[in-house]
Amino acid sequence: MSTPFLSVQNLTKRFQAPKGGESLTVFENVNLGIEKGEFVCIIGHSGCGKSTILNILAGLDEPSDGAVIMNGKEVSGPSLDRGIVFQNYSLLPWLSALKNVTFAVQARYKSWSKKQVHDHSMKYLEMVGLAGGAELRKPSQLSGGMRQRVSIARAFAIQPELLLLDEPFGALDALTRGSIQDELIRIWSGSDQTVFMITHDVDEAILLADRILLMTNGPYARVAESVQVEIERPRERANIIHHPDYYDIRNHLVEFLATRSRELAGKQDDDANSAPKVVRFGANAGAEISSETGSKSGTRKRAVNRAD
Amino acid sequence: MLASLNARALVLSLVLLAVFLGLWEAASPKQNISGELTEYELLMGGAEPKAAVPPPSAVIGKAWEELRNPFYDAGPNDKGIGIQIGYSLYRVLSGYFLAAALAIPVGFLIGMSPLMYKALDPFIQVLRPISPLAWMPLALFVIQDSQASAIFVIFICSIWPMLINTAFGVAGVRKDWVNVARTHELGPFKTAWIVILPAAAPTILTGMRISIGIAWLVIVAAEMLVGGTGIGYYVWNEWNNLDLTSVVFSILMIGVVGMLLDTAFAYCARLVQYQE
Ligand SMILES: Nc1ncnc2c1ncn2[C@@H]1O[C@H](COP(=O)(O)OP(=O)(O)OP(=O)(O)O)[C@@H](O)[C@H]1O
Ligand SMILES: [Mg+2]
Repeated sequence: MSTPFLSVQNLTKRFQAPKGGESLTVFENVNLGIEKGEFVCIIGHSGCGKSTILNILAGLDEPSDGAVIMNGKEVSGPSLDRGIVFQNYSLLPWLSALKNVTFAVQARYKSWSKKQVHDHSMKYLEMVGLAGGAELRKPSQLSGGMRQRVSIARAFAIQPELLLLDEPFGALDALTRGSIQDELIRIWSGSDQTVFMITHDVDEAILLADRILLMTNGPYARVAESVQVEIERPRERANIIHHPDYYDIRNHLVEFLATRSRELAGKQDDDANSAPKVVRFGANAGAEISSETGSKSGTRKRAVNRAD
Repeated sequence: MLASLNARALVLSLVLLAVFLGLWEAASPKQNISGELTEYELLMGGAEPKAAVPPPSAVIGKAWEELRNPFYDAGPNDKGIGIQIGYSLYRVLSGYFLAAALAIPVGFLIGMSPLMYKALDPFIQVLRPISPLAWMPLALFVIQDSQASAIFVIFICSIWPMLINTAFGVAGVRKDWVNVARTHELGPFKTAWIVILPAAAPTILTGMRISIGIAWLVIVAAEMLVGGTGIGYYVWNEWNNLDLTSVVFSILMIGVVGMLLDTAFAYCARLVQYQE
């Protein structure tokens, strides 16, 4: 078994309670593997520890136990190879939207000229629909959705190997959300980027992801299942609901969130090396196997058949 | 509505000023129209104009006279108000910027490092409450120069608000912003320059503004002690000459210059202000 591009091994996070009380174990023994180029979404109830996992993947936070290995190297701190869209945007309020992107681009491509940096940044700002003056405004003068788009542009513009997205479309209206989702898929398809994305929206997850990880409720949360989405790409928002697997997958996700996330919650016994249960639908249904770490779909074909 | 509020406030200010000046003028004793002097008054020197608080008209006359030619220099005890204020500003600003050059980097260090904070805190807590003038004898002895001693006193009194505010501002920079710097692999200097300094700038500027106010308060007292030049010395000298008109005039000038300094710093503070 080859190690996947990103491998999460027995990851555990505990927070010390204030005043020496019982420590809070957010999650324990999380095992995952993500292949290069894969698009993975993670779904779970609020407070189960999704952002905490993402911060550890980013290298911003340290696990209490276990390790994250990317490209064969243990993640020990933040890096420009991992771009992040934070849940709260984290823009620098004293810089204009444009400057919030250019400083990142400058940090990534140190040898570029000012003009190259500017043009590259503008390209990504235009991509998220922020141009024509809005890019010169400070974050406080932008709406929540516009701020989120700046933060998306910043993460995309540094073209990281791994994109970590924490509810990136949460504050967007349906129209903008749709167009940025399309943009995200387009950027991702045209590169060999890997995406790890947190979302609360099951339809969004099915539309975007190759694989959806399902997290049980905390404390002692874990990634219980890994649902393969084998709907061929490109996926159209309008037609995907007619796909024969669509409602099976959707019902499975909704049912997990409604009941099983609760039933499966709680401290697990000694299965320290347990990997999430792989769930498939359609042609491969029934092939539910409790696999070793990582998915079986490393050979995923990426459909880049865009209209042009 | 806002404009009319400003206009009304201005009118009210002018009315208050007129009333105040009127009362002051009326309350001032009229000195030269007193008739016959009693023998007692003659004995007590009543023939001389009495040293009394001058009426505003006299102060305004004095101001006109002084401000028409603020930079004349007729020997050590007779210099224009502009020159005296110039000396004071020179001392305040040199002491102040020396203090800033030390306080802001050290404040950064303390704010960034909990270890340095804990290590330096006892020193700061002991040194900070010392009245700056209490340093004067020691400064005069060690430095052996009254000019430099006055600058030193300004230095020592300006340092604390800047140091403490810088440390406070730097330590309080939102973790999210520091994380932005970390994820973009900014080195320590870039992080300080791109993230920490702008984030802490409003707090630092507040400290700088408090410091310049204190420095301007202290310079008057310091110059009264060291003598020679400066607005503080001028006030004291005019008091020794019993020229109360000049004393009142210079008190007003101290207020005006202090206000201008504060306004300048308030303007700088607005430049670095940001909205979250
Ligand atoms: N610094 C911290 N100290 C103590 N507990 C923390 C800390 N950060 C997070 N937690 C706890 O860890 C748990 C997981 O938090 P996390 O932010 O990862 O949730 P989440 O799954 O991202 O939720 P949401 O969907 O609402 O964003 C929560 O119960 C939270 O209270
Ligand atoms: Mg979260």
